[in-house]
Amino acid sequence: MSSVRPLSEVPAGAEAQIQGFDPTCPETQRLREMGLLPGTTVKVIRWAPLGDPVEIKVRGYHLSLRKDQADHIEVKFSG
Amino acid sequence: MIPSATAPAPAQVTTFALVGNPNSGKTTLFNALTGMRQKVGNYPGVTVEKKVGEMFSLYGEPIQLIDLPGAYSLSPRSPDEAITRDVLLGRLADTPQPDQVVCVVDASNLERNLFLITQVLDLGLPTILALNMTDLAEAKRIKIDVEALSRELGIPVVPCQANRKAGIAELRRAMGRQHPESPARKWRVPSKLEPALAKLSACLSKEGNVDSTRVFPEAIMFLTGEKSWNEAALPAACQHLVQELHQSFKQQGIDCHEEIVGARYRYIQEVCERVAHVQDENGPDVSDRLDAIFTHPVWGWLVFLGLMGSMFFSIFTLATYPMDWIDQGFTAASNAIKSSMPAGDLRDLITDGALAGVGGVLIFLPQILILFFFIGLLEDTGYMSRAAFIMDRVMSRAGLHGKSFIPLLSSYACAIPGIMATRTIENPKDRLVTILVAPFMSCSARLPVYTLMIATLLPTEEVSVFQKAGIMMALYVFGTATAFLFAWLFKKTLMRGETPVLIMELPPYRRPCLSSVLMQMLSRSKLFVKRAGTVILGLSILLWFLAAYPKASADNESSQLSQSFAGQMGHAIEPIIKPLGFDWKIGIGLIGSFAAREVFVSTMSIVYNVGASDEDTAPLRDTMLKERWPDGSSVFTPLVCVSLMVFYVLAMQCISTIAVVRRETNSWRWPLFQLAYMTGMAYIASLIVYQGGKLLGF
Repeated sequence: MSSVRPLSEVPAGAEAQIQGFDPTCPETQRLREMGLLPGTTVKVIRWAPLGDPVEIKVRGYHLSLRKDQADHIEVKFSG
Repeated sequence: MIPSATAPAPAQVTTFALVGNPNSGKTTLFNALTGMRQKVGNYPGVTVEKKVGEMFSLYGEPIQLIDLPGAYSLSPRSPDEAITRDVLLGRLADTPQPDQVVCVVDASNLERNLFLITQVLDLGLPTILALNMTDLAEAKRIKIDVEALSRELGIPVVPCQANRKAGIAELRRAMGRQHPESPARKWRVPSKLEPALAKLSACLSKEGNVDSTRVFPEAIMFLTGEKSWNEAALPAACQHLVQELHQSFKQQGIDCHEEIVGARYRYIQEVCERVAHVQDENGPDVSDRLDAIFTHPVWGWLVFLGLMGSMFFSIFTLATYPMDWIDQGFTAASNAIKSSMPAGDLRDLITDGALAGVGGVLIFLPQILILFFFIGLLEDTGYMSRAAFIMDRVMSRAGLHGKSFIPLLSSYACAIPGIMATRTIENPKDRLVTILVAPFMSCSARLPVYTLMIATLLPTEEVSVFQKAGIMMALYVFGTATAFLFAWLFKKTLMRGETPVLIMELPPYRRPCLSSVLMQMLSRSKLFVKRAGTVILGLSILLWFLAAYPKASADNESSQLSQSFAGQMGHAIEPIIKPLGFDWKIGIGLIGSFAAREVFVSTMSIVYNVGASDEDTAPLRDTMLKERWPDGSSVFTPLVCVSLMVFYVLAMQCISTIAVVRRETNSWRWPLFQLAYMTGMAYIASLIVYQGGKLLGF
């Protein structure tokens, strides 16, 4: 079963496919330029020791985002 | 004047711009290409470093190489990225548009790195691709077909490893090629945007007089909604057209930015599929294994604390040896002058004014060198962003960024390198807040003052070391807590309305390039030395003058000081500082401390006419304890000691820091604001401590 959820709900180690950004997402343009586009697969690597931010792997490189931002990124995630 | 016919024509210097993503090894490549022939300055009006180097192509033609700030995109998000775009488009008055471009890409992260390259290629300037970090790509088992990549992009591609100086000669050969061609644009604009693009391009070239090579990139920038052009410079007809087009896209539900970025990435993906072959995608590489430790909930903190601990251990222990040499060197020079010159004001000016003042600041140079070395090493290995990653949560509580952590930590040694290290923070507001609170972190110049005051507070030798260390610790914690409190306050008031975001790359770990780290350390330290040679020298002479004039009749240092200008100033401010428990003699110390805090100790020893050094404060402490107000009560009561310590934790007393903040914020407004609010806070806090303490019967 796959469902559309915010990226912040994807557990570490799982992969998800980006659907889009909700309109209140800050810095949407920069996220796109960093390669986060609808259809792009991202893998959640880990959450930081204190629970925030999150490290993801996208297009072969590692990027960190805060939970507040990951809340606004909609992904399709099976699991 | 008629120019001489025999004068040789000046050699044609070709200008190259070096462009690339952050973490692509751009600076290392710049150092490898230009060596020591670099000039570091600032772009006018902004605090972005301008680095220009001289080099020669393999055929001996002179080349000027501009190292542009690292950028992820030509749609800027920081002042640094704006400079990169403006230089490439030839928009800056003092920096002509470069003739050609060298693009640096990280071979192990080709896809994301090529995004910027597609934007640069749009500009139509002859471009060479430096495919850097081929060793990292190999470690990740990525095989890149260099010839195919060159064919796909339509530009020369040179594989290299800048940190080992491999591929540099080949790059210099490519930079010397004759009649370089302008690249053709390969990515396809989505068909639904084409009519709009054509209309806008026609308008820009006809009405806006935009150069034909620049029409396309400018039109694309307008379509993606960038407000980079001076609105007034854009003809009204084009302005209307831009508004009209955006309106119609909105009605059709088309997001132009997403369409264009998507089209670029689709093209990049096609290229990568053809030229890059990943052999084994699933196995974790070295970097992943290291990260499993360095960002681990337990090991991560241990590594972090260990690294920070060894950094501070080096700063406070290793640095003491060269610091002693500098101290001895200045003392020897001073003694040599004293024995060879006749006694008089000129001699005193040189020894007590210039030498003592500059020596007192240069003595911190070893600490600053070590600090910059560590910062460079942490940046070069890629650990810095991991430190930011694990600390971000703590910093975000105060509204700060994970990247504010290192500048604040550095400020424990000295606020100057700390403030200079804020340059890595992209967001101008985050950076400004970090600069504003950095001097609250107790720097090493406060140490001698703390030591003296703790000794005065707990004069008996029997007091345990732990008690003294406890007070010292409390002072550090107090300063740090104040820094966080004010960061939070500024974020709530002055810098409101910003959504705090973090979009931070975690680059793969790599072996540091020692020569590059050392060069960075030297160029950063140069500024500090320059400051000591100019501003500090001038102020030291001024302070000497204030303490030496007008002359007293009796030849006694302490009565001389009491009726000198400095002494008069001390008397003048006594009514203001008396509520804090300070007398006019402490006032002289405070005035001296505005040049540099550690001056307090030497000033107090002149005031009380005792010889004292930083190492042995006992004689000065005993004299201070005997000090009495005119009514016979003791001056240095425990309460006054605490009040004075609180003042030193909080007050902004450092000319060099003010000068650096002026430079880094490019205005007098922020350093003066900082001076006012910090010193005001110090006054209020000391007032509360002293008056509150008296009420409670201390």
